[in-house]
Amino acid sequence: MHAPKPGGDVIRLHDLTLGYDRHPAVHHLDGAIQLGALMAVVGPNGAGKSTLLKGIVGLLKPLSGQIELGALTPRDIAYLPQIADIDRSFPITVAEFVAMGCWRRAGLFGGVAKADRERVGAAIATLGLTGFEGRPIGTLSGGQMQRVLFARLMLQDARVILLDEPFTAIDARTTADLLAIVRRWHGERRTVIAVLHDFELVRESFPEALLLARQPVAWGATDAVLTTPNLDAARRMIERFDDHADICHRHVA
Amino acid sequence: MTAYDFLIAPFAEFAFMRRALVGTLALALGGAPVGVFLMLRRMSLTGDAMAHAILPGAAIGYLVSGLSLAAMTLGGFFAGLVVAVGAGLVARTTILKEDASLACFYLMSLALGVTIVSLNGSNVDLMRVLFGQVLALDDPTLLLIAAIATTSLAAMALIWRPLVLDSVDPAFLKSVSRAGGPVHVVFMALVVLNLVGGFHALGTLLAVGLMMLPAASARFLTLRLAPMVLLAIGLAILSGVAGLLISYHAGWPTAPAMILVAGTLYIAAMLLGPVDGLITRNIPRRHLEA
Repeated sequence: MHAPKPGGDVIRLHDLTLGYDRHPAVHHLDGAIQLGALMAVVGPNGAGKSTLLKGIVGLLKPLSGQIELGALTPRDIAYLPQIADIDRSFPITVAEFVAMGCWRRAGLFGGVAKADRERVGAAIATLGLTGFEGRPIGTLSGGQMQRVLFARLMLQDARVILLDEPFTAIDARTTADLLAIVRRWHGERRTVIAVLHDFELVRESFPEALLLARQPVAWGATDAVLTTPNLDAARRMIERFDDHADICHRHVA
Repeated sequence: MTAYDFLIAPFAEFAFMRRALVGTLALALGGAPVGVFLMLRRMSLTGDAMAHAILPGAAIGYLVSGLSLAAMTLGGFFAGLVVAVGAGLVARTTILKEDASLACFYLMSLALGVTIVSLNGSNVDLMRVLFGQVLALDDPTLLLIAAIATTSLAAMALIWRPLVLDSVDPAFLKSVSRAGGPVHVVFMALVVLNLVGGFHALGTLLAVGLMMLPAASARFLTLRLAPMVLLAIGLAILSGVAGLLISYHAGWPTAPAMILVAGTLYIAAMLLGPVDGLITRNIPRRHLEA
């Protein structure tokens, strides 16, 4: 199963199996993600969507198969996890938090130059957070915090951006604003891969989709993927975590 | 009694008071910033656990070379580091979280320390060291405490950025850098180092007090990190100096007097602090427009 457009692969998946404690969560996935793709990963709960992102970003080692990043290094990939493990009570302001996105330039010890501070200000303004710079992050609402996380992603200036359910529990207006940022990234030829549950949103804004139900069900142009037979097939592949599962003998192609 | 008699004369007249003052200043400078990060990283009890964990190392150092500063310091530092790194490794690689693995390691270490001390008979010298002797700091000990404070301040300045990131959003730091693990280890080494410095003056058990109480008090005073660290240092110095004076004038044991002052300041901050202080919070005030 391969994504349609030829040429310019950034990420290749070879017979990829990812999982936890030998139990596969993503089973035998083959394919390639193109440079500049704007791709949605959809599927029922437990389908392995988050697991796939964790694999690509390198937080999870494949049980078998490979993820080829080509010319990319892990530093070219920015990742927004589904449940960010952020200590909101930590005394840090919005501006300081967003400035973390300068890490690639500033690193451990490097200074944050005037230009960086201007970029921080610009990102905060783009996300409609002007006036919030000095606020502690603990005082923000859920939607405002998501804007802050997107501002930090903007500053990271990464070639590949992985978003795990970025619009869950986010209101319509904030979703629209964040989606505008995603489109802007797409316009800048960045590769954006987002785990999403809102099919309508996927149909409207994401040209490419991967339907996952632990195994790939369909991958390609969104309209061809999100068909009723495909979605039914995905739903039938129930979430199974069999404690006594046999060893998988499927042949490596 | 004039203010001079009360505040200045004890230090002007007695060299041991001046030494105690210098030692206390160094302990406050080194320990308070570390305490702030321990608190913010929800590791407030870690300092206490580590204070117990350094016991067998200090005891072995004492047994090997008597009341030798170097041997006991090295022993304590090494034992603390083994416990901190061991607990950290278990926490990062297995299902156990940091608190549980640390509890396991420090309890083993503590039992070992008590065993070593008991097998060799209770020893007055050793007990004195375990409970501190801030009024009898000699030159090498003062130099050691000052060196530890200097190292600690410099190291905190160096790891400040990754330490903040690792505290706020560890997953993000992991995604941009591999510094998270090493930074945690360096930070734990600083915790141990400050405790080892503190136990010569305050004793292993009370050394944590000057680290944690001012940090917790500062939390009630500001929402900004850098001022919080400065306030914690200031409160630690205030506690140390006040404790020395109380001990001098009233004849109280010195280390507990310092910690009791720090505790009193903590209660005051907890009740009256502008950030969520218990009384401040409940003062009826009209809500704002936006």
